Amino acid sequence: MAFARRQQSVIPGFGITLGFTVFYLGFLLLIPIAGLLLYTAQMSWDDFWRAVSNRQVVASYKLSFGASFIAALINLVFGAIVAWVLVRYQFTGKRIVDALVDLPFAMPTAVAGIALVTLYAPTGWIGQYLDVFGIRIAYTQLGVVVALTYIGLPFVVRTVQPVLEDLDKEVEEASAIMGANRLTTIRRVILPALLPALLTGFALAFARAVGEYGSVIFISGNLPFRTEITPLLIVAKAEQYDYPGAAAIGTVMLLTAFVLLLIINGLQWWTSRRYR
Amino acid sequence: MRRFNLRKLALAGLVTATLGLSALASAQTSLLNVSYDPTREFYREYNTAFQQHWQTLKGETVNVRQSHGGSGSQARAVIDGLDADVVTLALAYDVGALHDRADLIPADWQSRLPSNSSPYTSTIVLLVRAGNPKNIKDWDDLARDDVAVITPNPKTSGGARWNYLAAWGYALKKYGSEEKAYEFTRKVYANVPVLDPAARGATNTFVQRRIGDVFIAWENEAFLSVEQLGKGEYEIVVPSVSILAEPPVTIVDKNVDRKGTREVAQAYLEFLYTDDAQRLAGKHYYRPSNPTIAAEFADRVPAVNLFGIDEVFGGWKVAQETHFNDGGVFDRILSEINK
Repeated sequence: MAFARRQQSVIPGFGITLGFTVFYLGFLLLIPIAGLLLYTAQMSWDDFWRAVSNRQVVASYKLSFGASFIAALINLVFGAIVAWVLVRYQFTGKRIVDALVDLPFAMPTAVAGIALVTLYAPTGWIGQYLDVFGIRIAYTQLGVVVALTYIGLPFVVRTVQPVLEDLDKEVEEASAIMGANRLTTIRRVILPALLPALLTGFALAFARAVGEYGSVIFISGNLPFRTEITPLLIVAKAEQYDYPGAAAIGTVMLLTAFVLLLIINGLQWWTSRRYR
Repeated sequence: MRRFNLRKLALAGLVTATLGLSALASAQTSLLNVSYDPTREFYREYNTAFQQHWQTLKGETVNVRQSHGGSGSQARAVIDGLDADVVTLALAYDVGALHDRADLIPADWQSRLPSNSSPYTSTIVLLVRAGNPKNIKDWDDLARDDVAVITPNPKTSGGARWNYLAAWGYALKKYGSEEKAYEFTRKVYANVPVLDPAARGATNTFVQRRIGDVFIAWENEAFLSVEQLGKGEYEIVVPSVSILAEPPVTIVDKNVDRKGTREVAQAYLEFLYTDDAQRLAGKHYYRPSNPTIAAEFADRVPAVNLFGIDEVFGGWKVAQETHFNDGGVFDRILSEINK
């Protein structure tokens, strides 16, 4: 408390900004979440358990969380490389590439989904060649990963970019002078500095992918037990006026995502302390 | 600077007033028809015809606005407060929800207009690729191992429930038992490679992505696809037996009474049963409910042995509870396919 008061005296506006933050978060986040929990609370424990542990629902959790995790991992690796290229090298068209990265944010997800399925369907531009080798992307779980990778692309790039910009080249040079080879420099000098930002980007991409609906339903094929994502099941429940059932699955998703994000944030906090 | 602002303000005020006034004016003679997807073209023409009719009858201009979407989501929107004067949806179950969930219409809504409140009907047919390469003749071919079937998910799409019930009803009539009907329907759904959430998406999968050998479709939509997408590309296969699809209409009592539009809304629906409107429905490949007009279109829509949902399934409510609700027959089929 003493800490807060001291802050207040140096930087004015603590009371009003905190008040606004609480109101803002309450209005935008807590009230809808409370509504979700309220709907769920109408169910008995048995009904709740039956709704969320049904075999079809469990299969969809596996796909939703699994594909989101893989997509976030892909973005972690390639997002870091894109950020590296954009920060460290000068080349013509750099600004355009930089702007392109944000495109998945701006494009309506349904448009993205239709575009992806046009490319990857067995008759599509890319899909017809992959089909020759027996690789199917559209209407398989692979298609779900592709869509989720697409929508999560900007997160890692945008979180890593500013950190990389702040990282002085001199540090790398010092590392080289002290006899480290390139791999060691990356492993011991650059990666530790980037790790917190990488984790944040990973967490954001993952969270975004878990909730994604619009683009996935076009490319996944939506076969129950195989390519059906959890958000689609929630829509299906709502379509049958089973609002408590929909809310129950929503609650499970929310809690799982929250716990996973908490773990990732904890990791991030831990790494940023460790390498300070 | 100040004067400029004042002028701007005055202008803004004027615009607002005009908009407000026109909103008021149109509120008196404006109808909102909340419908499902494939009726778009039909109601566009029908609304013009009704406007002329109302103009000559009452000397009033009526403005009809349309809203289209999946039948189930449209019903839900009306329940959640969309200001529909009339609804013209794909199945009685969706319209019935307006009574069951929100008390917007009376329980006996379906007996208020002729022919179960369905001024036009349709049926479920099979759309195949040009030349019918898989030689699909009837429902039985859909259960063959080498045939891929495209149909949307009956849990999310109202239209797809007709598809499912048509297949089930055929098997029930042909093989004579519920077990055999279950077995047949299971085989058909085991052949579905992509299960789209809505009918429009399924059409795209079959037409644009060229997935599947046969597409289960409403007759009127099948004809539209053939007409719009090139006559040489697709063929319609009419099965030996199919379901009588009745898309019903009703006024939304709570809304029309509040808005004072009951008279015009009622007239709007009754006009659907006049000869002109019946011909318009026929032109858009629906089956007119008036037998005389239907006879005029007999060469366009082939005669099919049709069964009704009431006689085979005991009405929509029972069908919904038995087959499509959670833990129902369709869920059982799905989990057996994915053992």
